[in-house]
Parts: sequence; C-alpha cells; structure tokens
Amino acid sequence: MEIVRRPQLKSTAIDRGVPTLPLYRSAPSLEVRLEDFELYAIDRLRVLTGISDGLSRGKRPEEMEKLVAELWKANMRHPQASEVMNKDIISHFVLRLVYCRTYGLCALSLDYCCFHFLAYRVRILAHREDLRKWFLSMETALFRYRFRLQTAEAQRAVLAEFQLPYKAVTTSEFEVIKDKLTLVARSINQTLPTADAIFYKVPFQEVPELVAGRRVFLSDGYAYVAMNQVVSLVATQFRSLLSKALTLTNRKWMSTIREQEKDRLTPIVEALSTSYVGPDYSVGREFGEVSLKDIDNVAKSSFPLCMRHLFDKLREDHHLKHWGRMQLGLFLKVLLNSIGLFMEFIWNISKLPHPLTLAFTCYLSNPLMQQPMELGVGLKLDDALAFWKAEFSQKVGAERFDKEYAYSIRHNYGKEGKRVDYTPYSCQKIISLTPSVGDHHGCPYRHFSEENLRAALCKMGVNSGGVEDVMDKVRHKHYQLACTLTFEAIHGCPNDAGINHPNQYFSDSQKILKSKVKCLRISFLVTSVIDLEFPPISTVHSLHP
Amino acid sequence: MVIEEAVNGRDDMLIDGQMGDQVLPSGFNPNFLKLYYGIPLLKLRFQSKLFPYGDIFRWMSYGNDGKHPACDKSYFGRRELSFTLENDIYLRFLSFNSVSELEKGIREKCPFKIDIGPVYSVDPSKRHAYAQSGENVFKPVERELIFDIDITDYDDVRYCCSGADVCLDCWPLMTAAIKVINTALRDDFGFRHILWVYSGRRGVHCWVCDGKARRLTNEQRAAIADYFRVYKGSENSKKKVSLTGHALHPFLVRSYTEVLKDLFEQTLLSSQQIFSTEDKCEKVLEMIPDESVAAELRGRWQKRSSCSKDDINAVRWEHLKHTLQSGRHKGQGLRRCVEEIVFSFSYPRLDMEVSKHMNHLLKAPFCVHPKTGKYTVHLSRVCVPIDPVHCHEFDPTTVPTLSQLLQELNSGGMGQEGDNDWDRTSLGESVRFFRSSFLEPLLKSCKEEMESAYNSKLQQSKNSMTW
Repeated sequence: MEIVRRPQLKSTAIDRGVPTLPLYRSAPSLEVRLEDFELYAIDRLRVLTGISDGLSRGKRPEEMEKLVAELWKANMRHPQASEVMNKDIISHFVLRLVYCRTYGLCALSLDYCCFHFLAYRVRILAHREDLRKWFLSMETALFRYRFRLQTAEAQRAVLAEFQLPYKAVTTSEFEVIKDKLTLVARSINQTLPTADAIFYKVPFQEVPELVAGRRVFLSDGYAYVAMNQVVSLVATQFRSLLSKALTLTNRKWMSTIREQEKDRLTPIVEALSTSYVGPDYSVGREFGEVSLKDIDNVAKSSFPLCMRHLFDKLREDHHLKHWGRMQLGLFLKVLLNSIGLFMEFIWNISKLPHPLTLAFTCYLSNPLMQQPMELGVGLKLDDALAFWKAEFSQKVGAERFDKEYAYSIRHNYGKEGKRVDYTPYSCQKIISLTPSVGDHHGCPYRHFSEENLRAALCKMGVNSGGVEDVMDKVRHKHYQLACTLTFEAIHGCPNDAGINHPNQYFSDSQKILKSKVKCLRISFLVTSVIDLEFPPISTVHSLHP
Repeated sequence: MVIEEAVNGRDDMLIDGQMGDQVLPSGFNPNFLKLYYGIPLLKLRFQSKLFPYGDIFRWMSYGNDGKHPACDKSYFGRRELSFTLENDIYLRFLSFNSVSELEKGIREKCPFKIDIGPVYSVDPSKRHAYAQSGENVFKPVERELIFDIDITDYDDVRYCCSGADVCLDCWPLMTAAIKVINTALRDDFGFRHILWVYSGRRGVHCWVCDGKARRLTNEQRAAIADYFRVYKGSENSKKKVSLTGHALHPFLVRSYTEVLKDLFEQTLLSSQQIFSTEDKCEKVLEMIPDESVAAELRGRWQKRSSCSKDDINAVRWEHLKHTLQSGRHKGQGLRRCVEEIVFSFSYPRLDMEVSKHMNHLLKAPFCVHPKTGKYTVHLSRVCVPIDPVHCHEFDPTTVPTLSQLLQELNSGGMGQEGDNDWDRTSLGESVRFFRSSFLEPLLKSCKEEMESAYNSKLQQSKNSMTW
C-alpha cells in the first residue's frame, strides 16, 4: 500500500471479484491520501470500540449482530460506493500497524505534521495493556458478526477463500452418518438436518468450542459441522490468520517501517494507538476534523495581507525567521486564546483523545487582544497548574511535574523568563518593523514592490479597480487605509472603523462570513511562540493538496 | 537369605545361583527401590535392573534418537522430568540428554516417584538463561494428551471401599472408564497410540502419544476434556448428571449401550448393593426431579412386601425403570432420568485439570508406588500398562509388587550378562506388552511421520504474506 501525495484513488478490489467480506490476507496496492489514512482508521476504531463496549455489556449474539450492522453502517460508509471496500481494507491495515505492539505504555507525541509552522511536543504517557490482544479479539468479533450477516452464498465464498482443510460432506457419506447427525441436532435442540443439508467435515482441532459442547458428531478425528456452526470455524481461522499476521507486522514495523515513516505515518500510528474513540465520544464532526483546507480557507478569506504573506511563506519555505514567527505566531495565539485552547485540547486528549483531530474553533468575540476570548475551559494560571498537576501526577509524579511541566505552563502565561507579556503586534508596530533579506514580516503595503503588491492583491481576490485604489493609498503612505480598502474590496462591504490591528481584520472578516461558516470553529494548538519548530519538508509536501 | 541380609546391611555377600524361596517382608523398603533402579547396593555384585530405562528412553524420544537427518538431537533433552525423593523433597525441571544420563540421574537420586512433564522449547534445566529475553521463549511445545482417573472421585457412589482402597467390587468402574474413553479416543478423535497404565494404587492413567495429540494446544485439550465431561459434581447439588436435550449425543449413546448400562445392571447393582438400604435408596430417589414419582417409589419400597428370592437391587431397579419409562409421568426432567442415574454411578470421572494444561506432570509408567494404606498393607506395586482390549481381566490386586519381583529375581537364578532382569520376572510380561502393542507401532509411525514431513519440507515454497 502506497501513501501518496496526490489525492488519487484507484479502486481495483471490486473489479477483481473479491468476496464482500475481505479476509485481509495481504495489503492491497492502493494509493491512499495521508488524511484518509488516519480518518479511515478512526472510523474503524469507532466500530471496534463499539463492539468492545457491547461485549462487555454482555449482549447476546443476536444483539451483537444488530449492533455490528449499525456500527458498520454508521461509520464505514463512503460517498463513493466503490470506495467502501477500500475503506474497509485500508482501515484494517492501518490499525494493524497501530495494534501490532503488545505492550501498552506509549509516549504519545503530539507532533502535528499538519501544523507545519509550529509544533509543540507534548508527552503524555498513555497506558494501554495488551494492544494486540484487544485488537485481535475485536477484529475477530467484527468478522464473526459480519459473517453471520452475509448471504449463504457469500459465506461459502469466504470459506473457499480461507482454503480451510475441510470438505463438504458427499451425499453418500451423508447417508451413512445421517442418523448420527440427527441425534446430535436433537441433543442440542437444533433443527434437524434435511436431505439437502450441507455439512462440512473438519479436523476436530479446528472447532474446539463445538467439540467441548458436544455439538458436533465426531468420527475418526473429523468433526461434522452444520452450516450454522460454520461461523465458529471461520472465526477461529480468521483469528489465527490475523494473529500470525500481527506478529509479522510487528517485526516489520519495528525493523523498517517505523523508522522509514517517522515523519509521516509513525506519528499518526503512535498517536492512534492511544486514542480512544468510543461510544462516549460525543464531540462529533461538527467540531471539524483534520482540515488543512480549513486553515487555508480561513487564511484566504480572513487573514490580512501581512499575515497571509507570512502564512504562505511559511508553507513554502517551512521556515520563518524570528520576527516573522513573532508576528504571525502572536497573531494566531491571541486570536484563539491559545493557552485556554491548549489546555482544552490537552484535556480533550486525556479524556477523549483524538490527538489528530484538529478541531478548529473560532470564537468570534472581542477582537481586541487585551481581552482574552472566553472558551469553554478558560483557566486561570493557578487553576491550570492545579489541573495539570492532578492529571500529570498520575502518570508522571508530582515532583517531576513541578520540574518539567509547571515551568512551561507558567511560561506560556508569561510568568516565567523575561516575563514579557507577548501581545500581538498592532498595525503600527508591524509597519515600524523593517524586514531585511530573507524576512517576510512587516507591512507588505509598505515594503512590497509595486509589482509584487499588485500580484498579491490579485491573489487575494481584489479586482483591478480595487487594486488601483489600494495602490493609490500606498503611494501616499496610507498603509492602514490601503489594508482597509483591501478588506472592503474582498468582502464587498465597508469597514468604517478602519483596520488598525491584524486580529481585528480577522474577526471583522469572520463576522461577515459568519453566516456561511457558522460552525467553523478553528482552534490552533498554539503556545509560546518561543517554542516554534518546523517540521521537515516531506511532511508538508504530503499534505499539500 | 542373601537379599534379605543384603538389604539389612551386611557386606561382602556374594550371590550365587541357588537361593531357594524366600519370603521377603512386604511393605516398603527403600533398599528394594534401589534394587529396582539398579543402584548398586552395598558392594553387592548383585545388581538388578528392573526399571526399563531403554524403553522409556525410546518412547520419550519419539524417533529422534535415530540417524535420520530430520532427527532432533535436542528433543529428549528438552523433556522435563521431576523426582520426588525420600523426604518429600521435590526436584523439578530435570532433564537428561541420553539414556545413560537418565539412568545415572535416577540411580543417583533413587526417587520415590518419577513424573514426566512436557517437552519444552529449550532445555528446562537451563530455562533461567532465557528468562531475560522477555518474550515467551521458555514454553512447552509438545506434550502427550493425558488423562487421570482416580477411584476416589467415585467415593459418593461406591460403598465397598473408600479412600485409597480399591477392590474387585469397585475396580469395574475403572474398567468401564477405560473402555468408554479408549473407544472415544480411537473412534471419535482418531488417535491410535494410546497407553493405559495402572497408577499404582487406585486408578489409571492414559497417555495419548500420537503426534497430533502431542501438538494439541491447551484450548484443544480443554475441549477434549469437556467433550468427555458429564459429571458435574459438587457438594451442593444432588443431581450431578444432567442430560438435557431431546436425545443423547452419539458418543453418550454408544457409551451407554456398549458399556455403562451393562456395568450398572450386571455388576454395580449387586456389587454395590445400590438399593439394599433405605439410605442408599434415598440417594437414588434424590436424583429424580419429580417428587411425586420419588414418593411413589419410596412408598412402594417401604412396604417390602415381596419375599422374592430375587436380588432386591435388581427388583427395585426394574420398578424404577418401569415407573419412569412407562410414560405415565411426563415431566421435563424425567425424559432421561434413567440414563442420568446410570451415568451418575458409572460414567468416567476425569480429573479435568490434568488434561487441560500442557505443563501438567504425570507419574511415569513402570514407577513403583511406595505408599502403604492405613489398615491393609499395599505392596509397592509397579505402574504397569493395562491392555484396554482385555481390561476387564486386569486385576489390581495381582499387579507385581517390588518385593515380589525381587523374590522372583532371587529365585530365578543368574541370567546372562546384559540380559534384562525384568525378563525373568512377572514384569517381563508387562514390558513385552508395552513394546509390542504400544512402543513398536508408535515408533514406526513416528519414523514415517518424520520422513514424510522432511520430504515435504524440502519441496515447500515460501509463504508470501506481506505486512
């Protein structure tokens, strides 16, 4: 299976006439987007967790059958019918990577490849025992119930695929043992075998459960299994196949894949292994899933030119120099009341961790940075410290928390180090900054060449008439007015207050677009701008649409 | 004379041919054990070797002691043995690499009991070296499928003896167990190399030695044990056998019609006097789920009107059968009540734990059981094989004892050098039987299996499973 950058999907599985229930014997040659890699896995994980939940509640087989049908329908569909099978197969193989390990203590490294302009490494120790055993049991259960839901014909196809060491009992054989088969059926209160009933002859070792319950006729080492008992047989086979495959996968993962993919898949895989996407996960899609598009869209629609420029440059170069980082980073930070969001995000991780769900939350309230925006969890520093200490201490110990983590949290609140309160730059400040070679900060209206500025304005969507107006203001060194005109041209409505702060531009823009993006909630995982890091090139490329 | 003096500690005794009959003291003497295992006894030139080391070695090697390239030279060395010594000292995870090492080991320690465990993935005596690897490197890889049937498990249904005692009245329970299980192992499961052994005092052991049996997982062993399980006894429930369903499974039907019904009706009824007293009758009546039926029978039996010469047990059994099977009473639980009663008294009761786990140890055949009973002296009997086909002829009270063997050896005269001493005793018959009916066919089959597996491996192509 190849992970590629292009959002191209070829579906060949259906064409090959594979039975409707895949056995996952080998990884298919499909091209998968990195996004789908993760998304599909999460959907499947929801199904598996749902099954786990159902089993632990002691649901009966009939109830489980129903539950599985519902879970599958709810999570594993795809708008393109031809893609349904692919999603099934891909998600299974991704989870194989995730769950091929057996031990549980994972350091969850939130290394957001999506946030290519910043990443804050958070180490959370998550404990999950016997990953492999859990996965094996749930996948087997899933397979078992899906098998039960298949038609008889499809079931026969699956048996054939398994190449099980069994034979269908011939008519003559059947005649000889018919009485015994009838006795067995009567002894377990099952329907009596008719003349055309299909029985399979299997070595008794394959069906221990049936042997233990004396639910089959045994003769010379073979068990005679009725069609309705075949499920047990098949589930055992599936489990055994998968168990062997997991051992191989683990070996391969440890020896080659993990290292090879350390910038692309490995973080996703490692994060997924501690994610819990269970029935309690009530934070649904409305919070937004991974969407780099969302960042791009928001940047396109609501960032002022200065920030847009920085943003684009960052995506292009994967790097920003100090002032650029400051300017852009602070803009984002305050935009979204970063600390609170950071906390909320981490809190979500520990409770309902979907580490890579980038829930974009945009709070459209007071644009002025002086008043941090209210969030669901807006914690004051002391509260935050207490909360984190309580959480972390369970895993890390109170002492270590004080040493390693408390500092960072305090730093973010501006309580450590230089104790400067980092507030985002106003237009005035930005205009005053002078970029030199290799810099991209400052005010583009002041520092861009005419040519470049025209091009940038066009790119932003300003029509030619508007561009002329803007250029006029620029010549007269009225940079803020130029920005305001740009705003008006793009949004098609006046901005009487005038732009004097990038964050204001943003929130004004969002207000206007509000009706269209009602639930566009964008939250960035942003913390101290001091800690910005930039991921390597390949990651970004793979995300570039 | 000589042996007695020898075991009592006199030096420089020579044995010559004519000893005359000696009545050696019964009861256990540790020195007898030494003679049995061939341990030199006090500068005695006389040294017997009754324990068949070579046969045990060949058996446990399963053909790996040969010259074929497929032979695994480490195989025997990975088998666990355990010794119980004189002072109840228990030595586990012993292993030996050859027959001479085995002999040496046993002679050095003179164990009171030898147990055989599984074949492990590595030499069990070196298991600690592998403990650091983390992964499950030290684990059992092969083990015979074994069963242990102990007559004390039937104490609630046998009245002639109890505890460690066994007599010819209750021994038929073991015979029946052998027949039922043996037939099922052969006909239902397809096993062919089955060894039944007298456990030395009060029960029997079964060793199923087919390759496919040795490779069974714990889960599969548990499944087989459950297949055999009918009796679910506990202190609390009165009815210990519950046969629900509209019919009996063919295995139970066969066991009933071929073995248990006759055992119960022809033997147990009278030998155990099942209906002879009120208490005993009550015990059976408790198994009838319908109180009105039980009351009817109770009333009838209390009258004791008939002075018939017929055995009271048989008569009452007929009453009971007739009442339950007449169809007059229709109740859920009554359908199979007669069979349930028969099964309760006669169906084999296995020790499930012995069979379920690969690492369970079991006493080795041809060991000597050293314990004595409370009131009767149990002569240290050898754990000899039992022929399942003729198991009804087996008499536990005539199994050779240690002293008897030594007696025979004594009076038998000197054999040639290199002769097996057991050949000149009653043990000879057992060893010959062991070889001809079990060991030779087994080793032949092992050889064939080994060769064919080797050949097919040469031709096999690699598995092409991707990640």
